[in-house]
Amino acid sequence: MKKLKLGSNNILLAITVALFVIMYLGGCIIYADKGFTHFQTFLNVLINNAGLIAVAAGMTCVMLTGGIDISVGSLIAMDCMFLAVGMETWGMKSPVLMVMVLIIGIVFGLVQGFCVAYLEIQPFIVTMAGMFFARGMTAVICKDQVSIVSDKLFTAISNAKINIPFGGYENKKGIYQTPFIRPTVVVALLVVVLVYLMLKYTKFGRSIYAVGGNQVSATLMGLNVRKTKLLTYTLSSFLTSIGGICYCLNTMCGTTTQATGLEMDAISSSVIGGTLLTGGVGNVLGSLVGVMINGTISTLVKSNGKLVSSWANIITAILLCFFILLQAVFAKIKESKKA
Amino acid sequence: MENNVVLSMKGICMTFPGVKALENVDFNLKKGEIRALMGENGAGKSTLIKCLTGVNKFEAGEIYLDGIDGPIVNKDTMDAQRKGISTVYQEVNLCPNLSVAENLFIGREPMTKIGTVNRKKMNEMAAKLMKDLDLDIDVTQNLEEYSLALQQMIAIARAVDMDCKVLILDEPTSSLDDNEVAKLFGMMRRLREQGVGIVFVTHFLEQVYEVCDGITVLRNGTLVGEYSIEELPRVKLVAAMMGKDFDDLANIKPEGSGDKSKEPLVIDAKGLSHAGTIKPFDLEIHKGEVIGLTGLLGSGRTELARAIYGADRAQTGTLKVKEQEVTIKNPIDAMNLGMGLLPDDRKAEGIIGDLSVRENIILAMQAKLGIFKKIPMAKQIEIADKFIELLQIKTASRETLIKQLSGGNQQKVILARWLATDPDFLILDEPTRGIDIGTKTEIQKLVIQLAEEGKSVMFISSEIEEMLRTCNRMAVLRDGAKVGEISGEELSQEGVMKAIAGGAK
Repeated sequence: MKKLKLGSNNILLAITVALFVIMYLGGCIIYADKGFTHFQTFLNVLINNAGLIAVAAGMTCVMLTGGIDISVGSLIAMDCMFLAVGMETWGMKSPVLMVMVLIIGIVFGLVQGFCVAYLEIQPFIVTMAGMFFARGMTAVICKDQVSIVSDKLFTAISNAKINIPFGGYENKKGIYQTPFIRPTVVVALLVVVLVYLMLKYTKFGRSIYAVGGNQVSATLMGLNVRKTKLLTYTLSSFLTSIGGICYCLNTMCGTTTQATGLEMDAISSSVIGGTLLTGGVGNVLGSLVGVMINGTISTLVKSNGKLVSSWANIITAILLCFFILLQAVFAKIKESKKA
Repeated sequence: MENNVVLSMKGICMTFPGVKALENVDFNLKKGEIRALMGENGAGKSTLIKCLTGVNKFEAGEIYLDGIDGPIVNKDTMDAQRKGISTVYQEVNLCPNLSVAENLFIGREPMTKIGTVNRKKMNEMAAKLMKDLDLDIDVTQNLEEYSLALQQMIAIARAVDMDCKVLILDEPTSSLDDNEVAKLFGMMRRLREQGVGIVFVTHFLEQVYEVCDGITVLRNGTLVGEYSIEELPRVKLVAAMMGKDFDDLANIKPEGSGDKSKEPLVIDAKGLSHAGTIKPFDLEIHKGEVIGLTGLLGSGRTELARAIYGADRAQTGTLKVKEQEVTIKNPIDAMNLGMGLLPDDRKAEGIIGDLSVRENIILAMQAKLGIFKKIPMAKQIEIADKFIELLQIKTASRETLIKQLSGGNQQKVILARWLATDPDFLILDEPTRGIDIGTKTEIQKLVIQLAEEGKSVMFISSEIEEMLRTCNRMAVLRDGAKVGEISGEELSQEGVMKAIAGGAK
């Protein structure tokens, strides 16, 4: 039998998963009367965060190279506004617009990646510029809130339910409630699976880890560090655009203030999921769990009813500190083991 | 191309801004030969290797490689690798967060039919490669799980597996212990039998004679000669590297040195201690005296010095500096009392790479004055030039960034930094570690010269020989305590060894 050795990285992931389970079970016990035990509550966390899941997958790749991408929140706002105005004002069809949004994402990422990889500018600065640009562009497209009502296909996708054949319950009136997810969840989970496979089994994926582990070594071992970085930032913006479409399908509108701070949610999800900011260590599955933890925290706070929603931020902050401390402790243990 | 020659470099010339780094250097390597590339710091060893591997562009000269017609030019290290020239550096250049197998095969992984990495096959190939090289390593583990020596061998394994004809080992042994060095040499000999030509760069003379077949010596960017190991015994090698006779080294200690106990006291420590690092000790240091601190690594040499200097605040005892009782709370106090400390960890505590030579030199002076008193530029230039001249620091100009200097010259700059504060009492912690023999001698001479000028020096070194050459008196430490002093007649290799080892008197 193959020995399963728990490296410190696996331990981090295991702790994240355990934390999620404990938190969720805790919620089930405390807020049983508010429907927390229903399978649908869990699915709602997925539905509400579908966009974020896709974004976090891209963010994880960028962080694995040792970089950061803080443009994602603004890019989502721009995507949403583009979709909304495109459908409502310009009268374009949603499939065309969605493809255009994906292309915009790729181009956006290519430019950012080029600046980071070939001009060797700090990723924080480059993506901050991207952040301001995208947020500004959102307002240039339209300053007002635009709701999507006219496009039938888009509305249909947004409202589509994919039923799940188990885990339902009967509500107070005795009607059976079938649990469901939205198509966005399928898309988001598909993204996670594909990114997971890509990271583990492709040359590009392994290069991402190598670049994050030691860039100089990666160069000397003959890997194309610049190309790897360029493609990683492109991937991040592309996945963000997929996330943007999911996000838009959830909100069905475009506003200039949409998804503010979402980049921080994506980063914190990755960190909680065990990705090191220094690069080289992490796993996209962890990031998925990280998003779910963040989502569960806000659901918990909402279920309480009395707490202001800002408490979700405070709990996230405590968790982040906890995980960063944990990572530091593991790094120290590793070092002392070596010495 | 001659038979059996795998690499031939002819007339390589290369200049850095303002400095002629290589002038008309030849280098020849045969198949199945281990050739040492020797020279002092700044002799051009690294530059020559960088020219070979495509990191530096050389201006004139030609490189021929077995199996390739005509001269080759490598665009970068990758290009060199493809042609069969692989380099393994002092710092292991692999990715610690990837598995051993991946480190061996990344960039050239076996693929499955659908274009993904075939991890199973990769692990099998890696395991076989490790077995061939007689290494007992689980290739699925992350690289960071293994010792530096094993990592280095994995790096070599990677290079060898990429069909290299020429393997360059750049100071591979400097962070390894004897056991690990022996393993590495075993591996080098095996590769030699397979016909790989190995270029071995090292500072350790004994290692050269243990494993090499030939020696190429560089000095000041020029070729001194290419020798077989028999033609060049140790003394001649040192002479070739330095361009002077070995005898120069032995006799730097001037006449009339010795007893300084009549001179006034500069440092008078009674019962100083710092919990957990150094037990209470008494120590007297006289004007113009060089006192050596000896003992095994970790016996408390550095800690004793730090307690006097205030880097670790002394918790018990009294300290008199020039007959005045003082309390030293931190290094600035010590500096104001005319002390200076050259730390042993230069990379971490010493140089500031992105500042110029001049700025690095005046740094301690500036700290002593406080940040608000600016030293006039003209004065700075004067001081910098004085020490560049005095210590013969090899630099293109005083405004060159210190990181562009070789290790030995960086060391001299740090020394200059402390000399610039004009200290009465200078603590030198391992000032000669990791630098070449010529610079070592210069530093030893300088220490003696300082003492003659009436300064007191505390000299900490692991090399007993150089301590014997420079010190008037030696304090012996064992297990965090000062256990004795030796002076006069007892100052001999044997006397010191006995004192360090302790036991029978």
